[in-house]
Amino acid sequence: MVESFRQGVLVKPYERLNQDQVKWLDQASLDILSDPGIWCYNERAAKLFKSHGAKVREESDSNAKCWRVSFPGGLIKEAIAKAPSRLVLGARKPENRLFIDAEIPRAYFGSGSEANIWLDAKMENFVSEKNSSVKVKVPRYTERRGSTALLSRAAKLCEKLEHLDFFIRPLNIQDPEITSDNHDVNKFFASLNNITKHVQAGLTSLARFDDVVTMAEIIAGGKKALRDNPIISFIACVVKSPLQIVDDTSEKIFAIVEAGLPLVISSSPQGGSSAPIQEAGMVAQINAEILAGITLTQLIREGAPVLYGSVPVRARLDDLHDLYGCPEFNQYNIDCVQLARYYKIPCYSSAGVGDAKVPGMQAMFEKLFTHLYMAMSGAHYIHYAFGLLDRTNCFCPLQAVLDNEQIGKIKHCLREPKINPTEIDDTLNMVKKVMASSHRLFARHARKAMHSGDVSNPYQFETKDMEDKVIENALEHMAILETEPAPHLDSDVVERIYNKVPGLLPGLKTT
Amino acid sequence: MNPNELLEKIAFNVIQGRVEAEDEGFDPGLEGRRGVTELVNEALNQNIDPKKILIESLTESMEIVGEKFEQNEYLIPDMLASAECVGVAMDLLSPHLIKAGVKSKGKFIIATVKGDLHDIGKNIVAIMLKGAGYEIIDLKSDVSTDRIVDALKENEAPFLGLSALLTTTMRNMENVIRELEKQGLRNKVKVLIGGAPTSKEFAAQIGADAYCKDAFQALEIMKKIASSP
Repeated sequence: MVESFRQGVLVKPYERLNQDQVKWLDQASLDILSDPGIWCYNERAAKLFKSHGAKVREESDSNAKCWRVSFPGGLIKEAIAKAPSRLVLGARKPENRLFIDAEIPRAYFGSGSEANIWLDAKMENFVSEKNSSVKVKVPRYTERRGSTALLSRAAKLCEKLEHLDFFIRPLNIQDPEITSDNHDVNKFFASLNNITKHVQAGLTSLARFDDVVTMAEIIAGGKKALRDNPIISFIACVVKSPLQIVDDTSEKIFAIVEAGLPLVISSSPQGGSSAPIQEAGMVAQINAEILAGITLTQLIREGAPVLYGSVPVRARLDDLHDLYGCPEFNQYNIDCVQLARYYKIPCYSSAGVGDAKVPGMQAMFEKLFTHLYMAMSGAHYIHYAFGLLDRTNCFCPLQAVLDNEQIGKIKHCLREPKINPTEIDDTLNMVKKVMASSHRLFARHARKAMHSGDVSNPYQFETKDMEDKVIENALEHMAILETEPAPHLDSDVVERIYNKVPGLLPGLKTT
Repeated sequence: MNPNELLEKIAFNVIQGRVEAEDEGFDPGLEGRRGVTELVNEALNQNIDPKKILIESLTESMEIVGEKFEQNEYLIPDMLASAECVGVAMDLLSPHLIKAGVKSKGKFIIATVKGDLHDIGKNIVAIMLKGAGYEIIDLKSDVSTDRIVDALKENEAPFLGLSALLTTTMRNMENVIRELEKQGLRNKVKVLIGGAPTSKEFAAQIGADAYCKDAFQALEIMKKIASSP
């Protein structure tokens, strides 16, 4: 059992499906995995499935070797039962660890994606055409390509965001010196050197996986220390929808599982193009895809720590791009949360994405719509929740600050009710006392709750006059947060990493 | 406990907003220790000069509370708790202060006008003014013009506070002022008004002496009135 960990928010889950519907979807997924089955492009995985009783036959594919795998229901069920229900995602600071129990609906929020664009914001003055004495301040935005320096800055800011529980690199690093070979080591180092919360990312290439693990072992204090406190974990999108197991990601899964580190088996079909748009069809398919991936992990090593990674999205029907922040996104996602709970596997889910390209009312609507709903569902590990705009294409630090306030309010809103015999006794005494007083005011008796944090504060970026200054106020707050020092690794740890891990950019030591 | 320690303890508990032993206060771990009520009683038993209690323990500590509020360290419930402490202490000290020839800052009649049952704002103003040393005569809510005028005459009060929350009842404030004029009392009383639908302009329109946005502004206005010749 973990001694200290982040509290997230423990919710009473809102459930959309009844138990019959959960079972029908489970059976539909098993049926899909049996017929038509999965198209597997990785030979090791196909052989492993075959050795455990799956029907595997080579398919004719003009581009690559492929095996069609038909899974017996029993094989999937056995594998799912072996996946652990509890896992710890470690952190540089012990109090920042995450403890996830599939049977306890504790929601954590974190960042996500690997956006190419970083969006800067600043306020500019504009003068009215009708009356030059009327001036307004308006936010203006500038795009920049992601870089290691900006990823470091994002991690440093996310360290200060109280309601961000874990860090998935939100930005793709595109410095001229970054290649496919040194991409992974630099992105993990830029993150780990600037945040003491859990760090997660996908692997660009398997070639430098060992170096990433070495880096994490040095920071955690050794091989065993890293397995006890896995400060890093990985995301593997092993399934290309519909129903195809990808060759190189399968190899990454073998490596990560064999290294004994946690990973997310993630699938992200798009309703209307790579999956049915109808709720039943989408959820049955994504569930089948995730179950196939989890089965692979458990066949490689029983008890491998794994998260059920569901990112079902819907297509816009005008251009077939992803459509987030819509009712179907919530419906698909909450169904997946229920299925993960049914299998007793920790659930990685999504919220806080939308079509909005800049912070503002549309972004707030799309984000609140999913942040609140997915937290209510009791999803354990909600990624994409901070700073994303333009679907998953852009990371805006200002938006992350706005999201932090929103998520804080949601966590407060969903807290367990404090209704118990002691509270009732206190209430009865208070009511008698106040009614016996001359002014019958409860204000004085609000103090204990107010100072303990039981009572929420007003919206942090509110304006009291007739102008909307939310963005201006949030920018000012962000500037204050960014003046605080980064929680850099000790210099001797950094030196050891640089000595052992080739390809790290020299400038990152102090960025 | 020696007198100085006792005076300091009273001041500390005013700042903490602890009327009595069972109150929590601002800092943790105070519950169960003696609050302002118990400490003021002990001070009186020890024959400590009530004027000294008033000045050294109550007045100075309320100034500190005011500063904490301005610096956003304290919120309104904290201010009210401290003001209540002073109010309770004043109830205990009053007979002794009168004996010693110390006068209150004056009688202040306060009421929510006829037709209006809302009294939260009025109560907050009453608590704060009592904490500042005024003798509060609270006529409660839904009070007729006649009752207000009678109370002013009966108590010879120099201050009147009128409150209303409804646009339909705020007009009754004007009725009170007209009645005061009719009875030749207008120059003998300062009339302060407040409440959500009222404003500085409305106060000027009906002939009130001042509009108070909130309880803190009421305190400021009373300070100005006290310091004006």
